[in-house]
Amino acid sequence: MENLTDDRIKELEVTANNIRQSIIEMLLEAKSGHSAGPLGMADIFTYLYFEGLKHDPENPNFPERDRVVLSNGHICPVLYATMAHAGYFPIEELKTLRKFGSRLQGHPHRDFLPALETSSGPLGSGLSQAVGMALADRIDNGITSSKRIYCLMSDGELDAGNSWEGAMLAGKENLRNLTAIVDRNNIQIDGYTENIMPLEPLADKWRAWNWHVIEIDGHNFEDIHNAVNQAKAVFENPTVIIAHTIPGKGVGYMENDYKWHGVPPGIQNMEGEPAKDDQGKEALDDLRSIGGQIGGYHND
Amino acid sequence: MIILNPKLFDEDVEQIPIRKGFGEGLLAAGEADDRVVGLCADLTESTQMHLFKNKFPERFVEIGVAEQNLATVASGMAAMGKIPFITSYAMFSPGRNWEQIRTTICYNNRPVKIAGSHAGISVGPDGGTHQAIEDIAVTRVMPRMIVISPCDALEARKATIEAAKTDTPVYIRLAREKTPVMTTENTPFEIGKSQIFWDGGKKSQVGIIVTGALLYKALIAAKELADDGVSVKVMNLATIKPLDEEAIIELAKATKAIVTVEEHQIAGGMGSAVAECLVGNYPTPQEFVGVRNQFGQSGTTEELLSHYGMNTEDIKKAVKRVIKRK
Repeated sequence: MENLTDDRIKELEVTANNIRQSIIEMLLEAKSGHSAGPLGMADIFTYLYFEGLKHDPENPNFPERDRVVLSNGHICPVLYATMAHAGYFPIEELKTLRKFGSRLQGHPHRDFLPALETSSGPLGSGLSQAVGMALADRIDNGITSSKRIYCLMSDGELDAGNSWEGAMLAGKENLRNLTAIVDRNNIQIDGYTENIMPLEPLADKWRAWNWHVIEIDGHNFEDIHNAVNQAKAVFENPTVIIAHTIPGKGVGYMENDYKWHGVPPGIQNMEGEPAKDDQGKEALDDLRSIGGQIGGYHND
Repeated sequence: MIILNPKLFDEDVEQIPIRKGFGEGLLAAGEADDRVVGLCADLTESTQMHLFKNKFPERFVEIGVAEQNLATVASGMAAMGKIPFITSYAMFSPGRNWEQIRTTICYNNRPVKIAGSHAGISVGPDGGTHQAIEDIAVTRVMPRMIVISPCDALEARKATIEAAKTDTPVYIRLAREKTPVMTTENTPFEIGKSQIFWDGGKKSQVGIIVTGALLYKALIAAKELADDGVSVKVMNLATIKPLDEEAIIELAKATKAIVTVEEHQIAGGMGSAVAECLVGNYPTPQEFVGVRNQFGQSGTTEELLSHYGMNTEDIKKAVKRVIKRK
């Protein structure tokens, strides 16, 4: 494994910033949808689609591709924005999010966008589908398969028993071709995860099911790069990357505030937040300012 | 006319559990296509999946008592090109894991085959918790799902082999108890096609439509009714979805009165599907034999069928009621 160069890290940071701006623009246009999770996961999606994944936007269904299962379908704005920036479809199409006839359904649906690996929305079912893919891959290609199955999931959906049923089976089967990435942003709709349904000690729970656990800063590309590659080197276990992220990352007034889990900017006034008509502009201003600090690159 | 078992009405008619036909069918499907995989939720022998497991251990996954995982793992395997069969008791799959089946199998368009064993009230002594009498309703309501309820073990074997060849989700409803073998090796089976198993000819006054093992009770009823001078036709409706609408309408036109018979809640079951078809095409008086908004309880099959109104006598009474409504 080669380390990422400083220039490469800067490129990825700029791409992630552009994707965040697209997410805000999509949500402003859709007038509904989720803000915090998509912004928080933009760096990990950017890393996967611009660095880590074996995939091909020109030929999305080629059999040897890595698989990405998005379990918490409600953060699909970041999936769609990343896929568009990676070349799966025109960036302009992002503005059709949640509109009638759009390929970009409110929660992902393969019927509308066949490049998706799964349809999702109801929480807690993605990991088990990824486990099924990993089992099938092992039947076909043996334990040294070079294919990787990624499941991107939220911490909130670990309240669901189905998530842990999948984790248990993956541990039993020693699925080394499986990497789960948990967005540990500590929020869910009703509040902070540890108040709603405590998950800690989270890493110990995964270890107890025979998983290799890596904890990272989900906004640090070196961390992400090292963890994704370390997972490939672990032979006996499936790997979970617990990615500590900041919900709403990049938009000052949204960061770490669970109220922004399930709403877009610009539709309601909220106590302590910018007036609704200013929310969109302020969010984009924040992100452009960060883009300027990264420096040296222009927006798409 | 369909060729049926010549010993059909003999006292020593061969009896085999319908689930056994599934087990043999899955083994045959696995031999014919190496994409077939089996997943079970800790009921491998009970659902007769052990025949497949013993032959193809590398294509079998033991999921444990986790039916939601059963459905979702199968969806993932289907996404990679496998043809997964999943088994448990019908009460738990498609009972407990309904939403996972809807979203990750049907909505996702993955060709997973769901075999629900111990369906119906005839499971008997285990009691109401284990008697799935809602499973036809909850499966037939899902887009893309094919729903098959075989009448005997031979039909279950054929249905399982055919299910493996489809590219859609399929639900196969299986009964636990030994069931008289009505069909023969040579009786044809095609998904979506019904068959007339008893034909009282042109003077038939009622068309009895049956799904599953109660077909045997209906055939006995038809024979006894004939002795009383009442002629009927009896249809085996193994595929509940897609419904053989053409044949059902033809039967209604020929007899002008319908009785539906199923070991299931009347609400949402096969009879409801028949009524949905007829009301828009050829409105016909119809009587429903099935469970009336109740849960089951412990007992023998015969005790329970009589208590909940699905035995031979109940079918005969329904025939006489519907004749009066013509």
